[in-house]
Amino acid sequence: MSLRQFHLVFITLATLLFLTFGVWSIYSYIQSHELLYVWLGVGSFLFGILAVIYGIWFLLKMKKMKIY
Amino acid sequence: MEIPYTVTARPDTGLYNAKVGIWLFLASEVMLFGGLFSAYIFLRLGATHWPHHILNVPMGLFNTMVLISSSITMVMAWSSLKMRQFSNYRKWLGITLFCGVLFLSVKSVEYKDKFHHYGIILNSGQEITGHLAMTEEEAIHSDVLKIKPDPENAGDFLFQLKSIFSKPEGEEKVLEIPKKEIRWWSNFVPKYNTYLATYFTMTGIHALHILGGLLVLGYFWGPGAALYRTNPEHLANRVEVAGLFWHFVDLVWIFLFPTLYLF
Repeated sequence: MSLRQFHLVFITLATLLFLTFGVWSIYSYIQSHELLYVWLGVGSFLFGILAVIYGIWFLLKMKKMKIY
Repeated sequence: MEIPYTVTARPDTGLYNAKVGIWLFLASEVMLFGGLFSAYIFLRLGATHWPHHILNVPMGLFNTMVLISSSITMVMAWSSLKMRQFSNYRKWLGITLFCGVLFLSVKSVEYKDKFHHYGIILNSGQEITGHLAMTEEEAIHSDVLKIKPDPENAGDFLFQLKSIFSKPEGEEKVLEIPKKEIRWWSNFVPKYNTYLATYFTMTGIHALHILGGLLVLGYFWGPGAALYRTNPEHLANRVEVAGLFWHFVDLVWIFLFPTLYLF
């Protein structure tokens, strides 16, 4: 497995972590009603979306540059 | 005699020597961290009490973001080398090094915070956590422990805690506990409980891996980069192998963060 492929695996798992953290933040907000958790949750979901966009951009860039 | 397949891939496997080597090494690393995670699961399942919310989640999240960013800059450094853009390579690898140092700095602040956090087990079995309102030296020799209890103790109405937390805002909330009423006390170090022992073991071994990675990346940023003049593809292969290790270490953190900080 090349660094390019391992990086894609890494970004996929990082995306899953962001989604997990988002769910954890919502759960924590329901438990404690602290507004901080809402911001953490929203931020986490946004970063999850950004990670997906980055992953696609990275894949296309590597194909364009012919780096395998 | 020249060693074959140090730069070009072997036709039948499609791999150059160093890539075979790093994957064999990473397989042993999977076994090391796999063993630690297995131990964690069994210790947690067997525990009657497991502490929650004693780690700083925003700080852990910040460190997670730092490591994810460092993986992105690492791969940018490698792709810059593949495109023969040496100045970009130095820039991206420099940012990766900075992220690694930042991660270790934040981790050391977290460790320091734990070393100054105390827990007291009373003869009744009740636990009170907080920060000492005296030096550790004074605490060892005194007959009374003065502690500022954590707000999490506020729900507990035993041992004067009610009167401490009902004090008006701005007034110092210090609890004085005679040593004869204390069964055991310590700061938050591995001996305090099983949770902290696993926390320090797993994050400590991970931090050592980050340190090792920084040494290797630092070499490729500095003296090791001279190889670019004679054989840039060889340097790109070396950086790729170092990048695979760096990604693996970051991947371990992606599992460590939710395991230790969230659940």
